[in-house]
Amino acid sequence: MSRAFLTLSGRVWLGLILVFLYAPIAVMAAMSFNASPFYQLPFEFSTVWYQKMAANSQVLEAALRSVLIACVTTVIATALGTAASIALFRYEFPGKKVLQALLFPPIAIPWLITGTAMLILFFSIGIGRGTPAVILGHVALALPYVIVTVSARLASFDRTLEEAARSMGADTWTVVRRITLPWIAPGVVAGALFAFAVSFDQFVVSYFLSEPGDTTLPVLIYTAIRKGFTPEINAISTLIITLSMAVMFLAARYSKFGGDQ
Amino acid sequence: MADALHPADRARLAVFLTPAYLWLTLAVFLPLSAMLFFSFVTDMPGDVDQWFVTLSNYGEFLRNPTYASLMWKSLKLAFTVTILCILIGYPCALVLAKSVKGRTREALFLMVILPFWSNSLVRIFSWAIVLRGNGVLEKALNAVLPFEVKLKLLFTTDAVVIGLVHSYLPYVILTSYLALQAVSDDLIDAARSMGASSLTILWRILLPLSLPGLLAGAVLVFVPVVGSFMEPRILGGRMGTYYGTVIEDQFVAVYNWPLGAALSFILLAVVLVVLALASPVLRKAKT
Repeated sequence: MSRAFLTLSGRVWLGLILVFLYAPIAVMAAMSFNASPFYQLPFEFSTVWYQKMAANSQVLEAALRSVLIACVTTVIATALGTAASIALFRYEFPGKKVLQALLFPPIAIPWLITGTAMLILFFSIGIGRGTPAVILGHVALALPYVIVTVSARLASFDRTLEEAARSMGADTWTVVRRITLPWIAPGVVAGALFAFAVSFDQFVVSYFLSEPGDTTLPVLIYTAIRKGFTPEINAISTLIITLSMAVMFLAARYSKFGGDQ
Repeated sequence: MADALHPADRARLAVFLTPAYLWLTLAVFLPLSAMLFFSFVTDMPGDVDQWFVTLSNYGEFLRNPTYASLMWKSLKLAFTVTILCILIGYPCALVLAKSVKGRTREALFLMVILPFWSNSLVRIFSWAIVLRGNGVLEKALNAVLPFEVKLKLLFTTDAVVIGLVHSYLPYVILTSYLALQAVSDDLIDAARSMGASSLTILWRILLPLSLPGLLAGAVLVFVPVVGSFMEPRILGGRMGTYYGTVIEDQFVAVYNWPLGAALSFILLAVVLVVLALASPVLRKAKT
């Protein structure tokens, strides 16, 4: 086989995979503008499903709740996660390896297990289901992502900068505020966007922790799908996927994730 | 440096670290412990006056062959999806890492991993629209092919597999790509100058050196797929009963939480075995 042929077939393969990844999303987006409620072709342009969606108060409430939860999660997870990353980077202490390893279970254990476990504990200590429980869970899931992202940025931090500032009389707080934080800012922004995405797209944990009738958008969508498809769900789904892809696109730009480093 | 922490530094360390780890303890580690405890009781304490410590929840798994066969079904599903992700994803990572260069590569890589960060539930739902009878895929195939095809894909195991591969493919591509990118081009050039064919280079250099990354991706696919319940529910219909959906039922429909807790812990044990088997390789992948 010649190398030119290999290169060509490689590109074709890559192209096919992109089609596989995006085609269903594109179809869903197109169908959300189709007048037929049963996804019948020929295609007839209409925004009726978006109008119906905008008039559905349940959907709007769930959407608002999802955004609110994602924002609160982002603020808390970013603050706690950044502080923890700085401490893990700056200090050497016994047990550091253990603390770093403890970040792994929340990512690696299937959300079905974490979610049901949270439900059991929150119920037995009286927190129960509802928005506070959902936020508790989301922050815990987002924290490891923030810490990993910020730590990656910190790894390229030149410690001598801190020492130079200190030798010129800056106290620790000034050093953190004027030297460390500006340097890690891109990592923090990327971490915050990851946290937002983890929370906003989170279905499993929200599903077990949210009060029926008082749910987040993904849980509402799941319930609606199981009751039977409606094109309104299609319209919301299209909006959600556009929003989360936009957020992740920004995150990727900020963290320079996957570029030629 | 490791031992002599200044008291002021120790205080600062505590202030910086405690909130994050306290939160993880309250929302992840304590719940897992609570679940372990509840998997050994007869009823939820608090719900009833009398409850006992028992092994019967785990006994139920052994007594009722349905659970074991569903676990086996879920493991088979995870195995199928993982193999497919490797076969489809590894060549893709190879092209990205070694054939495309510069800004094009950056853009293509971003495009491949972007869907992975978008809402997985919505992506599964989009397959339900594409695969349904008389749906877009069937229409498109019939427009191209001279003969009539009837796809009866939705609510079959195949639909579940397609949806899951779509969901988790980017993991394998991501980890394999990162591993392949670390392989120096000089090494490949050297092999080529000594007359090695492309196949030899793949088999003797690229594959062995990127194997840790590939396996890390495989584990990242396998583990969540064993515990999947939403995807089989939406795409599998009546064929969509898996181990994960049974656990879901215990918590949202049957309300037998102790049994659900035991089933969850059996799943966790399976996951831990998989992670333990892969950990020597995974540790290598990190460096």
